[in-house]
Amino acid sequence: MQDESAARTTVRVRLRPIAFIAALLVLWSIGIRREPSHLLPGPWGVVGGIADLVRHGLLLKYVVASLFRVTWGFVLAVVLAIPLGLAVGWYRRAEMALNPILQILRPISPLAWIPIAILWFGVGDLAAIFLIFVGCFFPLMLTAINAVQSIPAVYVNAGRNFGLSSAALVYRVLYPAVVPNLIVGLRITLGIAWLVVVAAEMIAVSSGLGFLIIDARNAGNRYDLVLAGMLIIGVIGLLLDMGMRSLEKVKSFRWGYSED
Amino acid sequence: MSLTQPVSVPAAVTTKLSVEHVSMVFERDGKSTHVLNDISLDVGDGEFVCLLGPSGCGKTTLLNAMAGFLSPTSGEIKVSGEVVRKPDPRRIFVFQERGVFPWLTVEGNIGFGLSKLPRLEREKRVAYYVKMVGLEGFEKTYPQELSGGMKQRLEVARALAVNPDMLLLDEPFGALDSITRLIMRGELLRIWEAERKTIVFVTHDIDEAVQLADRVVVMSARPATIQQIVNIDITHPRDISSPRYLELRDGIFQQIGLAHKV
Repeated sequence: MQDESAARTTVRVRLRPIAFIAALLVLWSIGIRREPSHLLPGPWGVVGGIADLVRHGLLLKYVVASLFRVTWGFVLAVVLAIPLGLAVGWYRRAEMALNPILQILRPISPLAWIPIAILWFGVGDLAAIFLIFVGCFFPLMLTAINAVQSIPAVYVNAGRNFGLSSAALVYRVLYPAVVPNLIVGLRITLGIAWLVVVAAEMIAVSSGLGFLIIDARNAGNRYDLVLAGMLIIGVIGLLLDMGMRSLEKVKSFRWGYSED
Repeated sequence: MSLTQPVSVPAAVTTKLSVEHVSMVFERDGKSTHVLNDISLDVGDGEFVCLLGPSGCGKTTLLNAMAGFLSPTSGEIKVSGEVVRKPDPRRIFVFQERGVFPWLTVEGNIGFGLSKLPRLEREKRVAYYVKMVGLEGFEKTYPQELSGGMKQRLEVARALAVNPDMLLLDEPFGALDSITRLIMRGELLRIWEAERKTIVFVTHDIDEAVQLADRVVVMSARPATIQQIVNIDITHPRDISSPRYLELRDGIFQQIGLAHKV
């Protein structure tokens, strides 16, 4: 009864963005047709650009190259920043000592690190990975610090009351209590990583989606490829975010999002 | 009634918990707050004692000290003759706020303190307490899908599952609606009569105290002292409109300095 009308509403809600996108595409085509001298391609031009990339075997190659760098930079940041952040958050004194420097480093755009990345690592994958790492490290560490500090005292007290050792307290109470906040932080940070990789590839390497965009422009104003690259970046970014979102649906994690 | 002299329990009952001249002073931002002032109290084995007092009077602080979460500024708390220094699974604290772990199911919560038991034994115990608190059918449910009363019963079950000698309950039914609260009191008494744990129950609700306790410890506003200890000499189940009930309740109302007219 309720399901049926709910399903109908869902269909309508899903159709709305599709209809809107279709309308935009139509407007775009009309606009390009009226101004054909313009360098910008129409929607079909972009489709052609993507087809070109597929034909030359570049699409998969560039996507893999970008994802490879993101994975390394992001995973390194996760592995270092989260345990460090959890420890710092737990010991108030460490937090007080580290907080000022974190607050200074955090607002520096990862792009500002480009010269240093190239100085240290040369032009290549390592520089790009370093930039992604820097872009992810500070937000992740702050997330972890905040996650520990926002654990309700009752959970810690209850854990101690049941006689848990320190190690057991960490993996049976602290860890599960911070997971929901961490997942939110991971999701945001993966988005940052995906933003940074494009910029890093424009400067530090000669492969990947960022390189595709800058190369297509430099080597003959191929704006169909520029837009194709942008579109692919957008779609992959969306897929990454959906992947992270699906973590939020795990039942033993979900309490953190829904509870008052 | 004397204010500070320990009131001993009848000789036939062994003393489970003794609070000896406990004072508590909190230092915060250079200011010191005197919360407990020379509290002495004995609680007998298997006894049900309510700590009754106005909000913020320090009764929760006293309960925290009994649990071992806080250490008194001066004086000592002993359980079975041993000085309390840290939390211990033999005395489980049931929290005012929802203390169940939201990342564990009903089963997971009840089994939380049983990780050292062999699996079969643990499952048996979990099943027993699931039944005792009437949560059959909800074994795999997460707390967020339970009602307030169910969550509170779950927390009591988690506490009972480790078979503690003593339960320390901090206004456990305070957040429930009045009907659920009445039912929960009945359940708690049923469990207490079955298991005969020593119970210290903090409340600011006079009726709740008189309905539940063997003795009601009336505490003053901060710094808290014991104003009076009232023996509730009515057998369970208690008729809450009987003359004796009303007499005891009104006595406490007067003791606290409240006229019970609205």
